[in-house]
Amino acid sequence: MNSIAPELERKLGTAVERMPAFPASVQKILEMSRDINCLPKNLVGVIEKDPVMTMKVLKVINSAYYSLPNKITSVAQSVIYLGLNTVKNLVLSFAAVGILPRMNAAGFDIQRYLLHSLVAAIIARQLCGQHAGGQADPADCYIAGLLHDFGKVVFVQFMAPEFRQALALSAERGIPLHQAEVEVIGVDHGVVGALLAERWRFPDHLIECIRLHHAQDAPPSAMLDCVRMADQICRMKQVGDAGNPWWPDELPVAPERFGGDMAKVIDSLGDFDKIVSDAMLFAQAGR
Amino acid sequence: MRVKFWGVRGSIPSPGPRTVRYGGNTTCIEVRPDDGTLIALDGGTGIFQLAQSVLGEMPLTAHVFITHTHWDHIHGLPFFIPLFVPGNLVRIHGAYDVVNSRGIEQVMDVQLQYSYFPVREAEMKARIEYQTLNLGEPFHVGDAIVTPTLLNHPVIDLGYRIDCNGKSVFFTGDHEPYLNIYDPTDPEYAGYQRIVDEKQAQVDAAIRGVDVLIADCSYTLAEYPAKRGWGHGTFDAGIELARRVGAKRLVCTHHEPTRSDDELERIFAETLARHPACPGDPEILLAREGLELDW
Repeated sequence: MNSIAPELERKLGTAVERMPAFPASVQKILEMSRDINCLPKNLVGVIEKDPVMTMKVLKVINSAYYSLPNKITSVAQSVIYLGLNTVKNLVLSFAAVGILPRMNAAGFDIQRYLLHSLVAAIIARQLCGQHAGGQADPADCYIAGLLHDFGKVVFVQFMAPEFRQALALSAERGIPLHQAEVEVIGVDHGVVGALLAERWRFPDHLIECIRLHHAQDAPPSAMLDCVRMADQICRMKQVGDAGNPWWPDELPVAPERFGGDMAKVIDSLGDFDKIVSDAMLFAQAGR
Repeated sequence: MRVKFWGVRGSIPSPGPRTVRYGGNTTCIEVRPDDGTLIALDGGTGIFQLAQSVLGEMPLTAHVFITHTHWDHIHGLPFFIPLFVPGNLVRIHGAYDVVNSRGIEQVMDVQLQYSYFPVREAEMKARIEYQTLNLGEPFHVGDAIVTPTLLNHPVIDLGYRIDCNGKSVFFTGDHEPYLNIYDPTDPEYAGYQRIVDEKQAQVDAAIRGVDVLIADCSYTLAEYPAKRGWGHGTFDAGIELARRVGAKRLVCTHHEPTRSDDELERIFAETLARHPACPGDPEILLAREGLELDW
């Protein structure tokens, strides 16, 4: 079973309104908001590195109120539509909610999660440019990479004991975390992330990518390939595994697109260590 | 359709000998579609003069459309006299505020607090109704249709297009042409510019073909670089917009509070000289208190 009970859906849907963002971005946003000459692109740069802030900004701009002809998938787009000052005040209100505590009842390291999401986002965007030219939008792949594991922060915040159990089960039995989630919670983090993305009227291709990133039988798409490969690379290189380590017998995803040789794909990314160290610099701020 | 300007100043009321010809009141524009329905665009201090002019029409129904809630567009509202008189109906329309999750009903609520104003909203005798508008969704008022468009300002700003029997007027409220926040050398520049162009095309489509375009033309080209991101346009940007959308008339408004009448006329003349009239060009006017357009 991998569907969500209506009661759980309601609980998660409303609870996320109160979800705090990551320490790194909250600290930077507060600093920037005190500087009237802060460059708009720097503000956007911080927001789009935080899955919670990004999710909340996209929620506002895609809300029924704006009923925009095309769904908005990037923070930069949101700035054009809402205006920079409105976005700045929005994220200040998100920052006022507080910060996600690094230590939580689920025993889940949110700093490593942030690093994982951020690096996956950057790699997914790069893979899209290199291996899926014209079939997907690199900016969409970035957002999908950033948000693919959003369901896990939702579990951490609102179902910590169950998520802790799923993490333990995954480690004990050597099964992927999403399978353990289905056993313990009845639903995996992809489905929960997609549920929120859908509730908040995100574009369909983004919702599906979040929902299906662990589904073996998902219909193939360039965006899904890029996000899955980015996720796999992060786990293989142990870049913030987000609770789901690399399995030695794991096969590379989408060999027809990426060639089936992980080492080669990683080489093609250029300076991988630089990507990771830059992301780490951001993720570790605000501790 | 008739349009009358009651307030044309930006930021703060600026009375005095230097502004006597163009006026010192902040934004308020009266629009009367063919059936005479009373529409007021914004409630700057000009709305007090408008109120004096409609006392003879009471009991009345007034439709106030607020472009955005910055002071200079709302601080005359508590002095809109029909609010105090029983039998009147005042409908106030505006945007939803995404930052504090409130509709336009907050517009008077925030002003009519004990420390700042002696009368509470509950004590006002007119019936007051609020209508938070959906973007792009046409809204019927008398025989006119008002369509709000999201524009660019440091707070949510709606531009309003009013159509009536084939005649039309568009008021931008406060609006700055969209900017690219990246440097041309940044990798994000091109992608951002693409979205800017898309959004600009949507705005142009919403204004296309209007008889009268009333646009925020706060700054000169020389002043603008120091005011980037403040949410206001230039005379030149107003003229370019009017030409692009094929407006028949452009009325430049939101005059700087420090701008004297003489300076305003000098700047305007310089601007026109920079943009020699071409065939099909709009007629270009400076907004002044009391200016009336009737067509």
